[in-house]
Amino acid sequence: MSQTFKIRKGYDIKLVGEASSNDLGKYSPLTYAVSPLDFPGITPKLAVKAGTKVLAGDTLLFDKDRPEVKICAPVSGEVAEIKRGAKRKILAVLLLADSEVSYANHCAFDLNRGDREAAAGHFSNTGVGAFITTRPYGVAASMNEQPRDIFVNGVQSGPLNGDLATQLAGKGEAVQAAINALTLMTTGKVYLSHDADVPAVTELQVEGATHISFSGKHPKGLVGTQIAKTAPINKGDVVWTLNAVDLPIIGRAFLTGEYAPEYKVAITGSKAMNTGYATMLQGASLNGFISANMNAENTRIISGDVLTGSQQAIDGFLSFGKAQLTAIPEGNQTEFFGWVLPGFGKFSTNRAFWGWLFPNRKYDLDTNMHGEERAFVVSGEYEKFIPMDIFPQQLLRSILIRDIEKMEQLGIYEVVPEDFALAEVACTSKLPLQKIVRDGLNDLRKEMM
Amino acid sequence: MKFVQNIFDKTRPLVEKDGKRNILYPLHNALETMAFVPDHTTHSGAHVRDAIDLKRTMVTVIFAMVPALLFGMWNIGRLHFAAIGEEAALLDSFLFGALKMLPLITVTYAAGLGVEIFFSWKRNHPVNEGFLVSGLLIPMIMPVDIPLWMVAISTIFAVLIGKEVFGGTGMNLLNPALTARAFAFFAYPTWMSGDQVWINTKGGEVVDGYSGATALGDLATTVGQGMGNPATDAVMTQFGTGGHYSFMNAFLGLIPGSIGETSALLILLGGLFLVFKGVGSWKIMLSFFIGGFVMAGIFNLFAVNEFMGLNPLHQLMLGGFIFGMVFMATDPVSAAQTETGKYIYGFLAGFFGIMIRVFNPAYPEGIMLAILFMNVMAPLIDYYVVEANIKRRTKRVAHA
Repeated sequence: MSQTFKIRKGYDIKLVGEASSNDLGKYSPLTYAVSPLDFPGITPKLAVKAGTKVLAGDTLLFDKDRPEVKICAPVSGEVAEIKRGAKRKILAVLLLADSEVSYANHCAFDLNRGDREAAAGHFSNTGVGAFITTRPYGVAASMNEQPRDIFVNGVQSGPLNGDLATQLAGKGEAVQAAINALTLMTTGKVYLSHDADVPAVTELQVEGATHISFSGKHPKGLVGTQIAKTAPINKGDVVWTLNAVDLPIIGRAFLTGEYAPEYKVAITGSKAMNTGYATMLQGASLNGFISANMNAENTRIISGDVLTGSQQAIDGFLSFGKAQLTAIPEGNQTEFFGWVLPGFGKFSTNRAFWGWLFPNRKYDLDTNMHGEERAFVVSGEYEKFIPMDIFPQQLLRSILIRDIEKMEQLGIYEVVPEDFALAEVACTSKLPLQKIVRDGLNDLRKEMM
Repeated sequence: MKFVQNIFDKTRPLVEKDGKRNILYPLHNALETMAFVPDHTTHSGAHVRDAIDLKRTMVTVIFAMVPALLFGMWNIGRLHFAAIGEEAALLDSFLFGALKMLPLITVTYAAGLGVEIFFSWKRNHPVNEGFLVSGLLIPMIMPVDIPLWMVAISTIFAVLIGKEVFGGTGMNLLNPALTARAFAFFAYPTWMSGDQVWINTKGGEVVDGYSGATALGDLATTVGQGMGNPATDAVMTQFGTGGHYSFMNAFLGLIPGSIGETSALLILLGGLFLVFKGVGSWKIMLSFFIGGFVMAGIFNLFAVNEFMGLNPLHQLMLGGFIFGMVFMATDPVSAAQTETGKYIYGFLAGFFGIMIRVFNPAYPEGIMLAILFMNVMAPLIDYYVVEANIKRRTKRVAHA
């Protein structure tokens, strides 16, 4: 029986627009995009140029400093354009998809051979290595590193996150193959987490992993919380993390050699006219899908959930590794004396409003900041949302003054930006906590390299 | 509300960067964001945000202060009319007090916000809400007859030296309101202590047997007289049932003192509201109370004079103890910021407050000095709490 941890600190943001059980079918647009911006901490180098014909699983980009970190094409087709920004920074590689996907021949991998080096090569070459994030720093993992442990996150507890059982249905064999492949990569354990508050997911009852369960509030579904409760990261440790929803893609790459980053994407949010699950490939151009399924007027389209997802324009793309799309209203309107009125219907984690009297109310939240940015004033606020043995405000301050030694002492190795997302929502001073943490991690990494 | 928005829209070009009245930009911005929560949307990190902001937090504190403030106004009038031997209706007393209080509040806000707005313009940042609370706290802890210019200078000193030199709201080491009080106390002692300043007696002859002293002022006269000395009887009967400073009178606030600090009952009500709203730290309030009670209890056990021998609970109801506990010690910026640190900080502030008050009767405002002292010590407390976390982490590495 697996060990269960109860997460008491945290908050479940309840929103309207949950994914219904509707199957919205398969969505295959003409264009796809692969953006290096989805991978913090890499310096992208192009492996292709405009006009190159590629197969699904061919390398498009790799990291300049760690060439084994590769980002591959989700579909076969032609490189239509390399989108660049200021100083020729690569923003995205646009692909024009073939009507029928053909796969690069990476061959099936014999998992019984048990060769770490070969497995590392397979992870890297097929592109599935990119699903793995490494801590410290929260950057794409290099397959040449030996992680202490690997944590696979099977808890989806963020706002409007999809149902993992639906998303993994029928993919049990690939999930098992992925776990087998991961066990080759570490001499430590492969932890697989489960949500103790929802029915067990059959596909995740696999062998070879150390099963751990979490109940209680979000952030039980953040792998950072799970690591902190199970085996905290110390200075010098390297731990890999990935999401259970990515396991079938990894498994397929090992079973057949094909890179097919296909998700059952949860379509959520109050501005989604049709909620449910749509099958699409990572990087899919969302244009057609949005116009068919969402009310796009004055809407924020988010690839992922409202805590950690990335904003997408109407003609945006499904970001890497995200199996959720959220559409919520933009909050670009002023509110007369909003700070002093009782505000009965307002969402707040704070008792200064009244929402705590109605714990089960669901909110239709927009993107308004509800105030201006201020200095740190209120203390003890972030601690309520970060169930780790760290002092969040002190850590943030050490980052702001760029005190590397203090950051290390205060546990920056244990966190990535998403761990501060809930605190960022609740912050009275409206400070950009996730950005501060990201900047801190980048500085630290620069210092260490 | 369109016409209000129109006024702001129309005047904005005047105060913007190249406008003629650029110095007024912070004021314009402050008023506009007060009238309308801005239409800013999230652009990095989480896409949705809590409805709470600093304005909401501060206005919650102000709501908590209102009962004590209204009571203070009434008490000014009540004491005034009693002193000159006139009968007065509740409303008359209240109006008398309100007319005394409003100029104090106005001057404090004008002086403090003036400094804030100047620094906002200089530093190019919006006006912070911190002074909304400080500006109301300062008049509440002043004696009724203090000249307005003294209040203005104290306020300016507090905002300038107490806050802005450190970088503004959120960066200050000391509680700004208490800094103003301490400045006034040391700069204008004759207006801030003694038995002439607490009750307004203008416009009439004082009645026989009138005393303008505070409870603590009277208690101070018992020091050095030993226990059970008949010379102190006259004073001590005032603290017994039915006396001027009886426990009930002190608890309800029917005694002279700084304007807003007398009614323990209504201040505690405000404190409960703050805790209920999650704005004030119950950890600080509780430990502050326990700290004061422990010290007063120790004094009571080893009493060598009547001041020390006073019932500990009665001791806590006098002077600024309860006010300091609810509204001063809990200022999140100048208090300890770690949860463990808050217990230590609160306990010591209450403990030292009673100690200073009793050991040095010249400083009946021991609470003020103790909180300011603990404001300075708070970073040290936090340092050790955080250090313990760092040690724990280092140990984990060593074990791994």
